[in-house]
Amino acid sequence: MFDALTDKLQGVFSGLKGRGKLTDADIDKAMRAIRLSLLEADVSLPVVKQLTTAIKERATGDEVMSSITPDQQVVKIVNEELTRLMGGTNVSLAMSPTPPTVILMAGLQGSGKTTHTAKLARLLAAEGRAPLMVACDVHRPAAMEQLAVLGEQIDVPVHREDGATDPVALAKAGVAAAKRTGRDVVLVDTAGRLTIDTDMMDELVAIRDAVKPTSVILVVDAMTGQTAVDVAVAFQDAVQFDGVILSKLDGDARGGAALSVRSVTGKPILFVGTGEKVDSLEAFHPDRMASRILGMGDVLSLIEKAQQNVDEDDAKRIQDKMRGGNLTLDDFLDQLRQVRKMGPIGQLMGMIPGFDKAAKMKDVQVDERRIDRVEAIISSMTLPERARPDIINGSRRRRIAQGSGTTVQEVNQLLAQFKQMQKLMKRMGKGGLPPMLGV
Amino acid sequence: MSDGQADADLGAFAGLFGLQPPAGASDDGEPRRRGLFRRLRDAVASSQSQAISPQLAGIYQSKLVSDDTWDDLEEALIMADCGMPATMDIVETLRDEAGAGRITSGESLGRALTDEIAGRLSPEPPRIALGHDPTVILVVGVNGSGKTTTIGKLAHRLTELGQKVVIGAGDTFRAAAVEQLAVWADRAGVDIVRQAPGADPGAVAFDAVAAGRARGADVVIIDTAGRLQTQHNLMEELRKVHGVVGKAMDGAPHHVLLVIDSTTGQNGLSQARLFSESVPVTGLVLTKFDGVARGGIVLAIERELGIPVTLMGVGETIGDLQPFDARAFAEAIFSPASGAGQ
Repeated sequence: MFDALTDKLQGVFSGLKGRGKLTDADIDKAMRAIRLSLLEADVSLPVVKQLTTAIKERATGDEVMSSITPDQQVVKIVNEELTRLMGGTNVSLAMSPTPPTVILMAGLQGSGKTTHTAKLARLLAAEGRAPLMVACDVHRPAAMEQLAVLGEQIDVPVHREDGATDPVALAKAGVAAAKRTGRDVVLVDTAGRLTIDTDMMDELVAIRDAVKPTSVILVVDAMTGQTAVDVAVAFQDAVQFDGVILSKLDGDARGGAALSVRSVTGKPILFVGTGEKVDSLEAFHPDRMASRILGMGDVLSLIEKAQQNVDEDDAKRIQDKMRGGNLTLDDFLDQLRQVRKMGPIGQLMGMIPGFDKAAKMKDVQVDERRIDRVEAIISSMTLPERARPDIINGSRRRRIAQGSGTTVQEVNQLLAQFKQMQKLMKRMGKGGLPPMLGV
Repeated sequence: MSDGQADADLGAFAGLFGLQPPAGASDDGEPRRRGLFRRLRDAVASSQSQAISPQLAGIYQSKLVSDDTWDDLEEALIMADCGMPATMDIVETLRDEAGAGRITSGESLGRALTDEIAGRLSPEPPRIALGHDPTVILVVGVNGSGKTTTIGKLAHRLTELGQKVVIGAGDTFRAAAVEQLAVWADRAGVDIVRQAPGADPGAVAFDAVAAGRARGADVVIIDTAGRLQTQHNLMEELRKVHGVVGKAMDGAPHHVLLVIDSTTGQNGLSQARLFSESVPVTGLVLTKFDGVARGGIVLAIERELGIPVTLMGVGETIGDLQPFDARAFAEAIFSPASGAGQ
């Protein structure tokens, strides 16, 4: 997510390392680099100015100047300021004491409102609530249809009226239907709108006034540039939203919009959208995000990902086998698939502290296609071959290469690597420490 | 919109596609440019952020060009999402001009700025040449950029110019994407080739090209599912769709249009770079310009990858897709009247 910003800051501070005390010129240099990084990350200019002023003020203070490790002090300050700007600790969604809780979704066209209405409904349903989604986007062709399809996918009812043209009446009817049928959360999806379109902004206000939502949520695309501030201010002036969902954060957008929106409106980021699937909605953690920006890695997210995707019994079984040195190619394939379920390998590596930097320096490229080929090779083996690779002779190798669309050399390479790994496992099982591969 | 403007728009589209302008439609650039500029300006006037305005005012109101003016210029370019490298380039070029005595006042700096931007963006007018019987256009982009809407508007324009259009509903992933496109196809009065949700997008693309050939279509436009450029598997899928289209017809697709939302910041560069790595992007479509009056990211893309902008979306009605005009674009963002004095 914030990879490039991480690079830049590390570049600045490695330049300062080993210099002992910082001069005013050093600080200025660091500030310029921080400014540039933040701008490249799409943090809006006024917010950048405010942030760098705050950082500079603290960085020129006694705590840094008299420190033996000024670079670490500056990193600490930047980290703290970023975290502070993003709102300190994680904030959760407010629920009404008297159900139903009504949540109104708003945003620009294409920001991801409909998709995130469904993601949020799924999350609430998973928490044991009974959500109802209301389709009020009467403008975009097939938008109501889209919400209905998503509702079916996640098994959450959708209130819709075909041919309806009045979103205010629709929203009201939706809330009434929720009361009637005992649903305790109502999510009102609205049409995307430009902030300059006064008719559309008035419509949103009318919907809000009609349903009196517990929370108004603004959906903001993580890829938004400098305009994020204007958009946030315009929605804030019109409907006073309560929180933000930052969508499409699974790409390589640096997401400076998160800093901007929070900073100018004071409204918290509640969730981040991290994928195409309806279950890819996560709580926003400002501290983790700041750590990530600073290249401190995001181990917590990695662990969470692993917990969600790895079957514990499987993992234990394979661990036992590894200890005994009895790992088969089948187990290896299992492992590979488990890891891949967590996401692209490159993305996972970025979460490990120091690793993304190291990987880039050595120009290590994770080639997913190579892993595809490894999968193909093992899949082309018979079960006895996977269990006892020793029986794989020349003609078997040719068959496997042909079956997997690879070459005999590639098959040989994989078998050699696997053999080495087995040896290593045996040694580990006997209590020896593994040598650090390639580090 | 006046009829004169509508005619001029249609004439401009004829130019874009290399077609004969229909009777009554002029391909005379200047009146249309003025019309387009007025529309952009109207749109921009209300959306121009409080943010850029002071910087622009700082530029245009200064009688002499000072260090402050350059700072204002740099900030204005950053605010328009041009990105640091393109911003520095432009500022440096203009500083050289000033050093050579060609820029002496804020006003002349403003003129030089729009010249510089227009020159960078389009040395030549954009073209989406037709004439392949059918010409196949593949439309790609990230989620929510406006692909489907762009296709609807494009089909409408082509139909107006007497072209027979077939649309391929290649977004088989997003819920109701096919229905959304079908509504647009209906409005434009063109055929749509579709399969069930979840169908293989490559198969839909193949069918669309085959149907286009069988029905004697002039243009086949293929929609694709929105995808973030970092999603390796989905980018591979796109590469496959592109390959399948080539199997359905030699040399196809003839154009690959990447749709970019005007609100996009520096990530737009990554979008252009990674989409280009998987399919040969021939042009950009800058959508939703009327809402934000930014889109400076196209300068960064042009600078780094040399991909030209061919179309821009300036409003929500079916007639609001326009052939890109670099000068109107530059003036709409950076001319003093649109920003200063509000």
